[in-house]
Amino acid sequence: MHFLIHFINALFNPVTYFFTSVIGFGAMIRYREKWTEPPFALRILIGVLAVLGLSMFNDHFREISTKSDNVPIFLMVFSVGFFTWLSFRQAVVNDRRLSQGQPPVEKETSDKKVYVWPDLVYIEFISTIVAGVALMVWSLALHAPLEQAATPAWTPNPSKAPWYFLGLQEMLVYYDPWLAGVVFPSLIIVGLMAIPYIDKNPKGSGYYTFNERKLAIIPFLFGFLILWVTLIFLGTFLRGPGWNFFGPYEEWDPHKVVVLNNINLSEYFWVKLLGMGITNLNPVVRELPGFALLGFYFIGLPPLLTKKSKFLMGLLERLGVARYAVLIFLGLSMAALPIKMVLRWAFNLKYIVSIPEVFFNI
Amino acid sequence: MFEGLKKKIEEMRAHRPSPEAVKNAIAEGQIWKSIFRHGYPDTPRNRIMAVLSNVFLHLHPVKARHSGVKMSYTWCMGGLSFFLFLNLTVTGVLLMFYYRPTAEYAYYDIVALREAVPLGIMRELHRWGAHAMVITVWLHMFRVFMTGSYKPPREFNWVIGVVLLVLTLLLSFTGYLLPWDQLAMWAITVGTNMARATPFLGYEGPGASMLQVGGVKLVTGGSDIHFALLGGHFVSEATLLRFYVLHCVFIPLVAATLMAVHFWRVRKDGGISGPL
Repeated sequence: MHFLIHFINALFNPVTYFFTSVIGFGAMIRYREKWTEPPFALRILIGVLAVLGLSMFNDHFREISTKSDNVPIFLMVFSVGFFTWLSFRQAVVNDRRLSQGQPPVEKETSDKKVYVWPDLVYIEFISTIVAGVALMVWSLALHAPLEQAATPAWTPNPSKAPWYFLGLQEMLVYYDPWLAGVVFPSLIIVGLMAIPYIDKNPKGSGYYTFNERKLAIIPFLFGFLILWVTLIFLGTFLRGPGWNFFGPYEEWDPHKVVVLNNINLSEYFWVKLLGMGITNLNPVVRELPGFALLGFYFIGLPPLLTKKSKFLMGLLERLGVARYAVLIFLGLSMAALPIKMVLRWAFNLKYIVSIPEVFFNI
Repeated sequence: MFEGLKKKIEEMRAHRPSPEAVKNAIAEGQIWKSIFRHGYPDTPRNRIMAVLSNVFLHLHPVKARHSGVKMSYTWCMGGLSFFLFLNLTVTGVLLMFYYRPTAEYAYYDIVALREAVPLGIMRELHRWGAHAMVITVWLHMFRVFMTGSYKPPREFNWVIGVVLLVLTLLLSFTGYLLPWDQLAMWAITVGTNMARATPFLGYEGPGASMLQVGGVKLVTGGSDIHFALLGGHFVSEATLLRFYVLHCVFIPLVAATLMAVHFWRVRKDGGISGPL
């Protein structure tokens, strides 16, 4: 038993966690016909509940997961899971019908109009009652958390942002606050707003489908499920004191030491590659390799890829230059997080561009 | 002596009006008719009137696509978000009766809400409702995305929805500070520290040091966006008051206004989406 617990703890680290979730995401997309079948989905649910139930025997896991402020995260994870299933189930059924030349299920009743009173009002009424009762039961069962009175004299370790921002806090491991806390969140908001103006696909409006909207659904879900929801889960349950990573059954030891020896790109280039010193270099010169890399990533790479790839060329023709440019910029910005993660894990890369004198670190 | 009275009662019993007649008397009475200008909504005409003549129900159209009212389609998440917002408004007002946003009282008012009120669950309803609303808003957005409901002519309503999502998170974030316990203070410290790094506007942000006039820095720790947000260098009593006002007055007003626009546009853009 001890061996198993240690084994599972050892299996968990940011690298395996991230890649497992990405592989899981790929499998989810690929095998959607399979897992959306209700019996199969039920088995997944039972499996998850069984693991969760067994995990409760572990003191540490129980302590973290039954904190009253962590309850919403379970609610979030299970409801996101359920509704991902529900939307994919309906999409798969519709896609089957569409491939046989039939209209989507929604079409069968969409031309029929019903009176809002009673057909909609009673749904709202019952939902209100059910939600109200559920909220009251929840409130009676669980006290809202209240710790000791606030004091600036004692900093809790770990200090965590509210749970819905933990994805952003996780980003701080890889990017400086000006990017992880300001620029990327702004880009998320702008990017979300831009969706209807970039997505010119006229199909799939008003019904569940996957096949007709792959290009829209895959990036959106990757952002929502992998870069947002799973990172919140990670931040809540697997990040302990010192923002160190802990396995699910691992004691949160505040004295855990993780060897960190991260190196800037400039050091890789000037010192390791060219064997020069960098202390006397002008910061702009010193960071030229980083600027070149970023310039290539955002300016050089897109035209190159577009020329090479038939698929991207077609996309450019369909969307027009302006939409395409915005899409590529947003896509590259979104990809910047996983790319930096991989660079950190593979090469201990700290900053691509680092001018700490003016807080300009990327 | 009582014979006369007894007789009278018996007489009244004999002429007792049926429940039906009582109902009719009320429904035909001046008071009832002044409130509800239609009969029981079991005929098409009265069903239409029920929705049209009620300011709250007239958020709805009179008729809707059958496919659009199904729970498997909408998941009811938009409606639940609105319900939770109303719940938060009511419980929030009740909490404001007892809560004083000062460093001296805030924490102990919250303790009193828990310790001194038998079965007091106002704070629980408010906090869990707030968490739930964050989740329902995400799921609503998820649903709208998965059904492609942001597509023309609904593009702009999606944009308003994104703003409402941000406002929901800001409401939750500003409220997080108010219990004034360690959890609150340090979560807000972690969150607001980001503001210091805002490009140009935060004193630890890139570009801020370039904003100088005659060698005097314009953006310093005492004049940057982080200072403006907190009302000081650290999360302090000034921050508590700022977040309280934002949480109870400003953001709810903006959110309520945008919700009105959001709901109105659902109607104007053709009602709940459906296949063409």
